[in-house]
Amino acid sequence: MIEIKNVTKRYGTKLAVDDVTFTINKGEVLGFLGRNGAGKSTTMNIVTGYISASSGQVLVDGMDILEEPRQAKRCIGYLPEQPPLYMDMTVEEYLYFVCDIKEVRKRNQKAHLEDIYELVRIQDVRKRLIKNLSKGYKQRVGLAQSLVGNPDVIILDEPTVGLDPRQIIEIRRLIRDLGKSHTVVLSSHILHEVADVCDRVVIINNGKIVAQDSLENLTRGIGEAGRMMVRVVGPEKPVQRLIRSVSGVSMAEPMGSKEPESMDFMVEAIPGTDVRRPLVNALVTGGYSLLMLRPMDVTLEDIFLQLTSDSEGGN
Amino acid sequence: MFAIYRRELQSYYYSPLGYVFMGSFLFIAGIFFAFGNIMSMSSDFGTMLSNVSFVFMLVVPILTMRLMSDERRTKTDQLLLTSPVSLWSIVLGKFLAACTVFALTLVCTLLYVVILSAYGSISFGEVLVNYLGFFLTGCCLIAIGLFISALTESQVTAAIATFGTILLVYLMDSMVALLSADFLAFLRTALQWLSLFSRFTDFTNGILNISSTIYMLTFAGIFLYLTVTVIEKRRWSEG
Repeated sequence: MIEIKNVTKRYGTKLAVDDVTFTINKGEVLGFLGRNGAGKSTTMNIVTGYISASSGQVLVDGMDILEEPRQAKRCIGYLPEQPPLYMDMTVEEYLYFVCDIKEVRKRNQKAHLEDIYELVRIQDVRKRLIKNLSKGYKQRVGLAQSLVGNPDVIILDEPTVGLDPRQIIEIRRLIRDLGKSHTVVLSSHILHEVADVCDRVVIINNGKIVAQDSLENLTRGIGEAGRMMVRVVGPEKPVQRLIRSVSGVSMAEPMGSKEPESMDFMVEAIPGTDVRRPLVNALVTGGYSLLMLRPMDVTLEDIFLQLTSDSEGGN
Repeated sequence: MFAIYRRELQSYYYSPLGYVFMGSFLFIAGIFFAFGNIMSMSSDFGTMLSNVSFVFMLVVPILTMRLMSDERRTKTDQLLLTSPVSLWSIVLGKFLAACTVFALTLVCTLLYVVILSAYGSISFGEVLVNYLGFFLTGCCLIAIGLFISALTESQVTAAIATFGTILLVYLMDSMVALLSADFLAFLRTALQWLSLFSRFTDFTNGILNISSTIYMLTFAGIFLYLTVTVIEKRRWSEG
């Protein structure tokens, strides 16, 4: 659907995007992961034709975004990091304006917008001025804007930043729904956000693509290691020794004390083993009370660590 | 282009900008009409318009300051530039919207012509030429303002820079007159030829000068072209 070939963007001496190549397949939900400042937004801006690359090429459905901008841009709906809203318009006026510039036929506009209102659930604010809306609603109007004209590909740049947890869940649900009928690209710096909705992830770091694979493949090894946090009442050294002695445990690191008299430990198991039962038994027989046992989330940092340690292993 | 034009025109009247522009223009024009025509019992409309022309310096920046700069500040240019519309139609739509507000304001001043024709004798052909010149000059200055607005993200910067530039254009004739040395004769002729306001004088004298008309249209066209170029160049920038 979209091919990004050797795209580089230079700002002065800094390479914001460095020789990036990847493909967005039709119908998939692709996660685009990277820390803040890794080059996510720059890449998205190039893919959507907002800025041009210093070198390289972006093909949308076989059309070059710079040479056939009108045709190519028709295939893309884009929600930038900051939703492009005109604060002095009402939601309805704004979306009619977007219909006009996205070349939706006049007679189809009303029905088309009705569908969109329903999908992103903004029926009740359609007559209100955009500047008076809450952040969550603004984000939804931004999302509505990207759906106008029914583009094949929807590109969302950090759509959940700054929203409260309930709004985040709702936006995610929406993205999942959209994924059923569209190709969706979702950029984020939060791993579990893309884990929920994406089929495949591309990870970017310092402007370079460091990995592209399904999330399962990328987190394999980390997830299976069964990393967890345990909180135990007892002195640090003996408890650590005890945990280490449990068969299947590969690592036990103290993480400080967050509750009086107790200690937190990060415990990692050898891949493929479930150490929870032997661990609990060992603690109880040892006379230490267990206050908490909680699996730890895999983070983007873990994947970076894994990737770098892999390449070091390869060398 | 029509969608951009309509949105821009709408936003002039959703915000106080359109009213501030019309109000301040009509206020000053009214004073000049009262003193220049009514109280001095003259039906010379051209002179009145040429006296009022200094008001461009004050009101054109109001009209043009946010045209491009605000799009960049609020990042709404991301919507426009990633939509299937050409850069030319964005720039042209905005330019025409500003010109429309200006034209609507001029329509209000037709009242003066009605008053003059009721109590005195005026040549309608002459008044028409006066208006044409005034309108074209305004459009040229709007094009300058639009261009300056594309250079910055700040409305205030755009307004002040536009004010300064129009002041320079306005004072061009008097400054050229100071270049009295003989070896500057060529420069003097060239600048005189280029001066927007000396061309405007043709119109206020009631002369429909084709070359001046073409000059003004080209003038506006060049600044629209520069606006497009500046925006295009920024997309390619590596700074």
